[in-house]
Amino acid sequence: MPIDMELEVVLRPKQYPMVPYPSKVITLANGKKLVVRQAAREDVPVILKSVHPCLFIERDYYDVVSARLYGELLAWYRYRVKSEYCLIGQVEGYLVGIVNGRMENEKVGMSYHTLAIDRGLRIGSHLFAAKMEYHMEYLEQDSVLIVAESPIGFRRWMIEYPLEETNIPHELGGGDSYRLTREIYFAAKPRLVVGDRPVPQELLDEAVAEIKFADEDTIRERIAGLKGR
Amino acid sequence: MRDVAIIGVGMIPFGRRDEDTLMDMLAYASLKALDDAGLGDKSVDAVYVGNMGAGVLANQSAIASSLVDRLSLLPAAAETVENGPASGGSAVKNGLLAVASGYYDYVLVVGGEKMRDVTGWRATDFIATMTHPEAEYPYGITLPGMAGMFTRLYMEKYGVTREHLLAISIKNQEMGGLNPYAHVEMALDREGIYESPHAVVNNPVSADPLHLYDLCPVSDGAAALVLCPLDMAKKMTKPPIHIAGFGQATDTHALQERDDPTDLKAVSLASQQAYEMAKLKPSDIHVAELHDAFTILEIAESEHVGFFKKGEGGKAAVAGETRLGGKIPINLSGGLKARGHPVGATGVAQVVDIVFQLRHELPKDRQVKKAQNGLTVNFGGFGNNVLAFVLRRVEQ
Repeated sequence: MPIDMELEVVLRPKQYPMVPYPSKVITLANGKKLVVRQAAREDVPVILKSVHPCLFIERDYYDVVSARLYGELLAWYRYRVKSEYCLIGQVEGYLVGIVNGRMENEKVGMSYHTLAIDRGLRIGSHLFAAKMEYHMEYLEQDSVLIVAESPIGFRRWMIEYPLEETNIPHELGGGDSYRLTREIYFAAKPRLVVGDRPVPQELLDEAVAEIKFADEDTIRERIAGLKGR
Repeated sequence: MRDVAIIGVGMIPFGRRDEDTLMDMLAYASLKALDDAGLGDKSVDAVYVGNMGAGVLANQSAIASSLVDRLSLLPAAAETVENGPASGGSAVKNGLLAVASGYYDYVLVVGGEKMRDVTGWRATDFIATMTHPEAEYPYGITLPGMAGMFTRLYMEKYGVTREHLLAISIKNQEMGGLNPYAHVEMALDREGIYESPHAVVNNPVSADPLHLYDLCPVSDGAAALVLCPLDMAKKMTKPPIHIAGFGQATDTHALQERDDPTDLKAVSLASQQAYEMAKLKPSDIHVAELHDAFTILEIAESEHVGFFKKGEGGKAAVAGETRLGGKIPINLSGGLKARGHPVGATGVAQVVDIVFQLRHELPKDRQVKKAQNGLTVNFGGFGNNVLAFVLRRVEQ
């Protein structure tokens, strides 16, 4: 697509400086190793191939979450979102989950979405925790604004942490906004935030070498339940 | 009283079945059982449906009446049997007695529950309605809460440890992975759920000392079987499975009123009655399906039915004595822990799984070689209404 670079300079948002998220590895309930790492902008086309089949799954609002996530990642890929980032989870190179968010400003983070492609292993919980870890411990922000679009999200974020309600609107709109503060985060951290660093080189090499993705039928089956593992 | 046999069984995969209604699930399982029985032109005389919560969870009552019409089994007699999580076992018992009495020849027994249409909180509250309405429920007790307290007492009295509980959850999820009907087909890894510091998230405390993987899932599902007199069953093509014994016993509703809350008297009594009727001993049983809604229950029940001495069940599990090839394989279906626990279906599903075993129809990684006798225990309330069945393969 031809791009008018003169206008593009105006359209592209200025970015806040963002330190990279250091990769970590988590042992899952089935013994497999989940590598959590930061995706690069160039990874987006591959990631979107895994998000696409989820657009048509109504269960647990996967359609809503993945449609919005698709748009957010695409907008990031095309430089239309300010200070967005994406963290991914991989098992044996396969993409099993995606989280994203952005810096609203230097002090406040904006949590976007959490999409677990492999289910029943708390991958969503691990990735959401990694996202909060990024905002609090690496971007050193004071708070993160969060909304839930599914009952699972509400249970995992609002209740498990537990988050506090706030009147500050979240840019996704929707239900009431909630907020993670540094105090809440560090109180919840021993229960909810895990992972080892550095990631063993062979695991990291496997993850970085290729973002593998399951075929669409497999993704649909995994999201529909635990069958087929 | 006539001897009664199981001539057909059917089950649908347990799990989260958003696409099916309760009636769909009951019908699918029934049709599989009727087809398996090969009744041909014959119809059934009566239908018993085990279900605990359709009125609460699905806003539907009189489901047996609905099912006979749905299956074109009119004018068969039809009744719904509600007995908490022992509803399935009670439905089997009612069908058994109806045939044994000589009043009916062919009876369809179905158990089913649709639990995933509501939130986990709602389902937990629904299950808690079986607790004592004055002494327990108003104070917020849940079944996981009761099981946690029971586990703590059992640990203190009999030395049960986390290691013992882990042996059950790992075994049963491993077996669930081999069972196409199981809700949870994921094998667990000891490091991931216990040894690793990451286990704090993977396997959090649910009701201390029980953790997430000590609990059965909330499931949708249905199972069915067809009964007839044993002498008529011998003419069928598949090996008939004789219901050689059954027992049922009750205990106090409120746990606090028991002399020793760790003593599951109703499990002991029901299994003893079943053994006596079948003229068998615990050592004659080759395979068992026990009601492991919580891992501690498999251990406690394995002791109360006489497989192991009190305090030895956990050690036996760790030693592999309850695995395939062990002294007494237990829950090779994955049990409630992995097959799932759609409450009204469970008592029927346990019997169906033992029928699979006694017919020698399972793949070798789940089949007990030459199994002749099996036991099921369906545990209602927190052990206040328990049914046990001893099944025996009849050689044709």
